[in-house]
Amino acid sequence: MKVREPFFWIIISCGAVIMAFILLPLIEMMTAPSLAMLMETIKDKDVVRSIWLSVYTAGSAALISFVLGTPLAYLLARTNFMGKRLVEGIVDLPIAIPHPVVGIAILSVAGKNHWLGQALSELGVRIMGSVAGIIVVLTFVGLPFYLNAVKNGFESISPRLEKVSRSLGAPMFSTFLRITFPLAWRSMLIGLIMCCARAISEFGAVVIVAYHPMIAPVMIYERFEAFGLKYSQPVAVWLVFISLILFLLLRILTVRKKQVA
Amino acid sequence: MIKIEGLNIRLLEFNLLNIKLEIGENEFFILMGPTGAGKTVLLEAIAGLVPIKSGKIIIDKKDITRLPPERRGISIVYQDYALFPHLTVQDNITYGLHFHRTDKTKAKKDLSRLIEELNLSHLLRRLPTNLSGGEKQRVALARALMVEPRVLLLDEPISALDPSFREEVRNGLKRAHQSSDITFFMVTHDFAEALSLADRAAVMNDGSIEQVGTMEDIFQKPRSTFVADFVGMKNLFAAQYKGTKAIIDNVAIELGRKLTNTHGYIAIRPEDIVISRKSLTSSMRNSFRGKVTGVLDQGFSYEVHVQVGQISFKSLITKRSLVELDIHEGSEVVLSCKSTAIHNF
Repeated sequence: MKVREPFFWIIISCGAVIMAFILLPLIEMMTAPSLAMLMETIKDKDVVRSIWLSVYTAGSAALISFVLGTPLAYLLARTNFMGKRLVEGIVDLPIAIPHPVVGIAILSVAGKNHWLGQALSELGVRIMGSVAGIIVVLTFVGLPFYLNAVKNGFESISPRLEKVSRSLGAPMFSTFLRITFPLAWRSMLIGLIMCCARAISEFGAVVIVAYHPMIAPVMIYERFEAFGLKYSQPVAVWLVFISLILFLLLRILTVRKKQVA
Repeated sequence: MIKIEGLNIRLLEFNLLNIKLEIGENEFFILMGPTGAGKTVLLEAIAGLVPIKSGKIIIDKKDITRLPPERRGISIVYQDYALFPHLTVQDNITYGLHFHRTDKTKAKKDLSRLIEELNLSHLLRRLPTNLSGGEKQRVALARALMVEPRVLLLDEPISALDPSFREEVRNGLKRAHQSSDITFFMVTHDFAEALSLADRAAVMNDGSIEQVGTMEDIFQKPRSTFVADFVGMKNLFAAQYKGTKAIIDNVAIELGRKLTNTHGYIAIRPEDIVISRKSLTSSMRNSFRGKVTGVLDQGFSYEVHVQVGQISFKSLITKRSLVELDIHEGSEVVLSCKSTAIHNF
C-alpha cells in the first residue's frame, strides 16, 4: 500500500474543513423549516411578489449588461489602446466597493440636487424607492461579472477567424453575427448567469436605494428583524430554490438548443 | 496586377518600411524571410486587415488602399488554417457565398470542382476538429478559392504540416494555380517549396524588402549579405534533365537518379564542392575543369568562384586548403561533387 505523507493529510483536512464550512450552514438552513411551513410561506402573496421582483430585476440587470456590456467586452478583448488597463480597472471597480457605498453613490447622482437626477425626474423616472432604482443598482453590481466573463470568451476566439471571414466578403457586423457570436454565446450565457447570481444576492446597496418595493433579500432581512430566524428561513429557502431552478433551466434550454443546431 | 508603393506600417511592436513590390497577373510569387521579418504583416496589409500609415496598394490599376477587406476580392490562408470550428467542412467552404452574388448552378459546379481538385468529398459533413493538418489546409484552400478571389494570399500554408502531408497540399496549390487566373502570393521559409512553386520571389528582413527577383537571381546574385546568408544554397542553376543527367548550358552533371520532369532547378551547397589541383580518384561522379575567377575571404573560410564553361560555381574551402593548393585568381582547378549532394527542385 502506498504510504501517504503528512502533507497529503494536511491538504485533505483543509479541503474537508472548507467543504463543511460552506455546506453545513446552507444545509442546516435549507432543512430547518418544515414542509408545512414552506407551503404556508409560498401561499403568502408578499413573499411571491418579492421573489418575483428579485428574479425580474436581476434578469433585467443581466439583459442590460448584455446589451451595453457586449460591445465593450469585445473592444477590450480585441484592441490595444492607451489607457486600456485603466478602463479594465474601472470595470472592476463595482466589485471592490462596499455595497452600501454603491447605494449611496447612486443616490448621490439620482437625487434632486444633481442635474442627472433632475433630468430623470423630469422624464418621470424615479430611482429612489422604485423598481427602476433596483434595476440600476443591480446592473451596477452585476455588470463587471458579465463583462469579464464575455471578455475572456472573446479573447479565446482567434482574431484570424474574423480576418478570414472579412476577406471572404463578410462585413464587420455579419462577421460578428456568423463567426464571433456563435463561438462566444456560451461565455455570454455564463456571463449572464454570473451577473444574475450576483444581482439576485445584492442587499446592502438595494436597501439604501429602495427598501420598498421589497426584493427577497430585503424581505428576509425584515422578517428576521421583526419575527426572528424561524420566520426568515422559509423565504430564504424559496429564494435559493427558485434561483437554482432558474439557472438550471437556462443551462438545460441552451444545451438543447446547441444540439439541435 | 498587384502594385505596392512606398508602403509604411507602424504597429505597436513592429514597423514595415517603404515596401515596394510589383507582381504580375496569375503569377506565383513567394515572400521569404526569417521569423519576425514582417511577412505576415505585409500579407495582412494587402488584405486590408492591418492599418496602413502611408503608401498605396493597387490591384488591377485600382487603388484599394482605403477599401475594407470584404470589398477587395483577396482571400487569405493562414498557417494555422483558421477554419470556423462551429461549421462543417462544406459550410466552411461555402461561407463566402453568403456575401457574393453568385449564380447557384455555377456555385454548385465550382464547389464540386474544388472538392474533386482538393480531394475533400469524404469530409464534407465533418467538423474541422476531426481533420488532419493536411485536410484542414486543403479545406482552407477550398474556402479561399470558392469566392474566386483576384489574389490568394498564403501565410506559410505548408510549414506547420507533417512532412507526409506537405506533398498533398503543395500539389493542391499547384493545381489550383494552374487551373485559375488567380495571382498567388505565398509566404514561406522553405526553399524547396519556393523553388517548386514559384518563379519570382522577394526576401524580406526586419520590416523591409531586401531583394526582389527571379529565384535564380536571388540564389545566385544576392544583392546583400543578408540575402546571401539567408539563402545559403549558392549554386543554383536552371537545368534540362536528360536521363540521369542535368544539363546546364553545355555542362552535364550526373545526378545518379532519373527524374520524371524534363526541366527544373538543381542546387549544390558550396561546402559540398571539393576543389583540387588534379583529378581525384574517388567515388565522386562529377568532375569538371575550371578557372578560378575570384577568392573571397569569409573569416574562417574562403569562397572560391570557379568558371566552368558558361557557369560559375561557388565552393567553400578552409584557409589551409587555400594555401596548400596555392589557389588564386586564374588558377586552373578541378571541381568534384558527389551526385547525392546535388539537390533538384
